[in-house]
Amino acid sequence: MSIAELPVDKTDELKIVKDATCTFCGCVCDDMELTVEGNKITKAKNACVLGKSWFFNHHIEDSPEATIAGQPVPFEEAVEKAADILLAATYPITYGLSDTTSEAQRVAIAITDWIGGTIDTTTSVCHGPSGMAFQGVGEVTCSLGEIKNRADFVLFWGCNPAEGHPRHFTRYSLMPKGQFLPNGRKDRTAVLIDVRKTKTARAMDYYLQLKPRSDFELAWALRGIAAGVEVDPDIEQITGIPLDMLEDLVSKMKEAKFGVIMFGMGLTMTRGKHINTEAVLALARDMNKYTRFAAKPLRGHGNVTGADNIVAWSTGYPFGVNLNRGYPRFNPGEFTTSDTLARGEADAALIIASDPMSNFSNPAREHLSKIPTVVLDPKLSETAKIATVAFTSATYGINTPGTVYRMDDVPIPLRPAFESPYRSDQTILTAIETRIREKQLAAL
Amino acid sequence: MAEEFILIPGRTSKQGTTLNEGKYTDGYLEEISTLQICEQDMQRLGLSDGDQVRMWNEIGEVTVPCKTSKGDELPPGLLFISYGMWSSALMGGDTQGSGMPDSKGLDVFLEPA
Ligand code: SF4
Repeated sequence: MSIAELPVDKTDELKIVKDATCTFCGCVCDDMELTVEGNKITKAKNACVLGKSWFFNHHIEDSPEATIAGQPVPFEEAVEKAADILLAATYPITYGLSDTTSEAQRVAIAITDWIGGTIDTTTSVCHGPSGMAFQGVGEVTCSLGEIKNRADFVLFWGCNPAEGHPRHFTRYSLMPKGQFLPNGRKDRTAVLIDVRKTKTARAMDYYLQLKPRSDFELAWALRGIAAGVEVDPDIEQITGIPLDMLEDLVSKMKEAKFGVIMFGMGLTMTRGKHINTEAVLALARDMNKYTRFAAKPLRGHGNVTGADNIVAWSTGYPFGVNLNRGYPRFNPGEFTTSDTLARGEADAALIIASDPMSNFSNPAREHLSKIPTVVLDPKLSETAKIATVAFTSATYGINTPGTVYRMDDVPIPLRPAFESPYRSDQTILTAIETRIREKQLAAL
Repeated sequence: MAEEFILIPGRTSKQGTTLNEGKYTDGYLEEISTLQICEQDMQRLGLSDGDQVRMWNEIGEVTVPCKTSKGDELPPGLLFISYGMWSSALMGGDTQGSGMPDSKGLDVFLEPA
């Protein structure tokens, strides 16, 4: 079927979509009021600057529905070729998935299982190390609603929500009046620990400037202070923060009724990675000897938390899972996409809603450009450009319904604004899965 | 002469908004290719906003325009660039068994181009 034959809403009728969900960042704010004129969103009430640019820039582009080696082809032909590529591979990898619905994520996992492939998501290059740390020391967790209603002490570590999650402060963590915080911001103490004095620092009561790559040492110093261990004042040389400031911070943490540490990729992307995060999670756990304390990762993409959840409840592990032996094996560093590509192991890739050709290391990109790939993306990207088979897909949340998980693991439904002539990721993946099964059963 | 710095790639709100406008728009490409340097380091290196600088490590090399970082956002010795193709060019493939390549806190050399 060509794209012209698919239904398109050509009317210029004005429509208001209430309680729509923004899927640009992990806050997935579900209080959007969208004004839709035909195939265009013209107003996005309640959206932040990032949300507005998300809603205003996802109109329908004039791309072919499917291509093989850059040439437009009918949808069925592209599905056939995609199935052939994935079935012929001995080490196929599935990657991406943080910007699509959980319904589509589920089908991607099923495909990977049928072909004995490796499933990984953008989590591995975002909070993957946090996922490893959760397994190592556990996660003292809470919902954003609890933070809103209870947290009188909020510590942001290695993150910049003022720029990455603009409504986090106003909706959940800093400004809102909560059940136990009737005066909102005035009832909270806010601290930032970061190597850069970002815009987030301006919204805080205290800012501690950390020397790069000393998060681990700082977290352990704080754990030591909290436990009454004598910490060497030389800690200032290592972390850049004087010991008395750290002692003061620990007293404030102990005095809190409900404290929370929200951490970002300053921890997970810097040398130490999961060890950094483990130290911070252990600090939050330790603090429960004195008061109630939790730690939450700030998740970036709209449904990256869904990707972790769906991969975890399907395979038992959150990312980097190999299904080649008929049972799941988890091993970051072995089955994660940066590695399977940089080492030249993967011999075909199914990539959904992500752009590794822009974000990955040189050796990983070089290898990816040499192997056959099936790519699903609503927009043209460096990865879509090199795809053997490329599908233009409908944008989740704007064109397709479904479920996404907020950064605190709460599932949120999507309310689409207008119909797209393109198919959803779920529909495209289901077509590929069906064809793969037909071919596998025919070969029995 | 080249000096050693620590590079922190990260997100900015302009990177986020221009990303939605499109990865091939001038706004996005400008945002992800501009290196931020603190005022003291700019002065010491004799750099003005818009000057080209060469930045490299054992992985790769890029030549990009620089600009003075706002206020006291960056301490001396630290550089900032928005995530994108240029930051990726300096990122190695090794993940030390974690799945995550070193993507922040990269040791780099810098000199005016
Ligand atoms: S904070 Fe995130 S989810 Fe909420 S409107 Fe802004 S970009 Fe969208």
